[in-house]
Amino acid sequence: MTKEIAIDVHGLTKKFGDRTVVHDLSLQVPKGEIYGFLGPNGSGKTTTLRLLCGLLTPDAGEGTCLGYDILTQQDEIRRHVGYMTQRFSLYTDLSIRENLEFVARVYGVPNPREAAKGAIARLGLTGRAEQLAGELSGGWKQRLALGACILPNPQLLLLDEPTAGVDPKARREFWDEIHSLAAEGITVLVSTHYMDEAERCHELAYIAFGNLLARGTAHELIAQSGLRTWVVSGPGLHDLAMRLDHRDGIGMVAPFGNELHVSGRDHKKLDAAIAEAKKEDGAHRWTRGEPSLEDVFILLMDQVKDNFQ
Amino acid sequence: MSAAAQDSARPAGRDPGFLKRVWAMVVKEFVQMRRDRMTFATMLFIPILQLTLFGYAINTDPKHLPTAVLTRDDGPLTRAVLAAMKNSDYFAFTRQVRDPAELDAMLRSGAAQFAVEIPASFERDVRRGDRPSLLVIADATDPVATGTAIAAMQGLIDTALRRELRGPDAAVEARAPPFALTLQRRYNPEGLTQYNIVPGLLGVVLTMTMMMFTALAVTREIERGTMESLLAMPIRPVEIMIGKIAPFVLVGFVQMTIIIGAASYLFDVPIRGSVGLLVLLSTLFAAANLAVGYTFSTVAENQLQAVQMTFFFFLPNILLSGFMFPFRGMPQWAQVIGEILPLTHFMRIARGIMLKGNGLADMRLDVLALVIFLVAAMGLALLRFRRTLD
Repeated sequence: MTKEIAIDVHGLTKKFGDRTVVHDLSLQVPKGEIYGFLGPNGSGKTTTLRLLCGLLTPDAGEGTCLGYDILTQQDEIRRHVGYMTQRFSLYTDLSIRENLEFVARVYGVPNPREAAKGAIARLGLTGRAEQLAGELSGGWKQRLALGACILPNPQLLLLDEPTAGVDPKARREFWDEIHSLAAEGITVLVSTHYMDEAERCHELAYIAFGNLLARGTAHELIAQSGLRTWVVSGPGLHDLAMRLDHRDGIGMVAPFGNELHVSGRDHKKLDAAIAEAKKEDGAHRWTRGEPSLEDVFILLMDQVKDNFQ
Repeated sequence: MSAAAQDSARPAGRDPGFLKRVWAMVVKEFVQMRRDRMTFATMLFIPILQLTLFGYAINTDPKHLPTAVLTRDDGPLTRAVLAAMKNSDYFAFTRQVRDPAELDAMLRSGAAQFAVEIPASFERDVRRGDRPSLLVIADATDPVATGTAIAAMQGLIDTALRRELRGPDAAVEARAPPFALTLQRRYNPEGLTQYNIVPGLLGVVLTMTMMMFTALAVTREIERGTMESLLAMPIRPVEIMIGKIAPFVLVGFVQMTIIIGAASYLFDVPIRGSVGLLVLLSTLFAAANLAVGYTFSTVAENQLQAVQMTFFFFLPNILLSGFMFPFRGMPQWAQVIGEILPLTHFMRIARGIMLKGNGLADMRLDVLALVIFLVAAMGLALLRFRRTLD
């Protein structure tokens, strides 16, 4: 059985002046899935989300969102897609209730007052309904923004770094909410920088310099990368990192707390370089480890940098 | 990076001193000033604008005032009187009219600022020494505009007639003066300044506040980051525009009530025309200004720029509309600019209704100008308003 497709776009290209921000991007997102969108800052994630919800017109490419043509049926898309911007975009000088009522009215939700009241109860904000949205903490702001997004019952959510700058507990709650929405059949495309969040997505796409570089589940991406990682512990890790960096066979050296992850794609060369390092200095403990998603992405990013610069 | 290099990159930990900190601030401010083109333009443009407007456009001694003439006599003395008035540069004869009703209509609509009525048998009566009466009507809604012309009038007609009356009529000439000048300061017989200022103020207040309100409307959404999600919602630009303008029409309504009330009860300015019409046309004018402000709002990149644009627009409005200085005292180019500004037309409407008791028919051109202005500004705003972030 093939799953229903919520987003289906091909060859999306967007240029600002002579800078290509999104290049020949194709994406298929099945209905009811949480699709993670990863990539470094300025890689074109926000632009892609804006292309999908009709806020930007692509220079080339075509496709559909929820079956509506992204080039010609932008009004329909606006009605059925909830887009949560990176920056808090509710009115800070309106109260929680007033913000939600405004959204309900614009989308033509029947009985906006009741709808807003219901949303407030679901958010657990009963009793704080008259508080100004601008006075909320970062985590609450994001939850309120999500609440406003889902108030008109969209079938697709586009969330642009929804949890940036939010504490771990609030992030966890936010993601629980996203999962329960997906369980109800809502498709979610979410961009993020957090690896733990990436791991909570059903599927991931990695984009850099406007190009989609890899996609699949977290496990698939790690397996695809062919990366081998050694974990080092011991004294003077900073100096060790300085010494190891850029040696032949070592693709990447990254500190993780009191450990150092040393990774490379060419397993032979990597092992050779590490044998060398062990000889120079016997003070460290070396063990084979699993590459993390972060290792994979940093490596991908480094590779693209070589290709595009 | 070596350890030594890292050390030198750290601050030395010494107090850099008062002057150096001030200098740091000065450098930063200059860099920011250079980046902000609009502020830069303001710094250069405002003095130039003010110099031009105050230096060249303003003149409180207006010449070539349009004058309607009703002559029931066409003897040489009549011609001499008219020629003298014309030669004085104060009067420009726009039209010979046939009956007093037409004369009144021209004064009401503002097509004429002066009207001269020369009675039948003027010639004969002067030569007989009967001192016939010469009627001059001045539109005194703006006492300044007509003041000097009125002052010059008696003398120049007198001189002209005396020149004509040499020879056989020298006896008449000897007595002074050979006619009676009946001067009528219509609409504002006492020449009260507040009669002119208060109705004008209605327009000025509406311009200043209305424009400022909506000028901030779109830029505020952009600056606060709410625009992006607003654009992603199923709401059309025209719906956003009307939704943003409508509340301020109500604010304008409150302002109107205050000013019209004060005009009537505090300043004793008469309201000779229909209050309903005044309110209706003030609302039209308020809407026109709101539309202008909204247009600025779609052009400006931030709220400061929007305020600067409002100021740029407000300055010529207040100086060239005839609010502070007589409209007809300005050179041709300034009058042309003035005709484009909505305040100029509203100034005529407000003074027309309150002082002259004008009806819609007397001011149809000014009303039409406001309507065109409103439609143009709204159209421009909608053209400028981008539904996407492209």
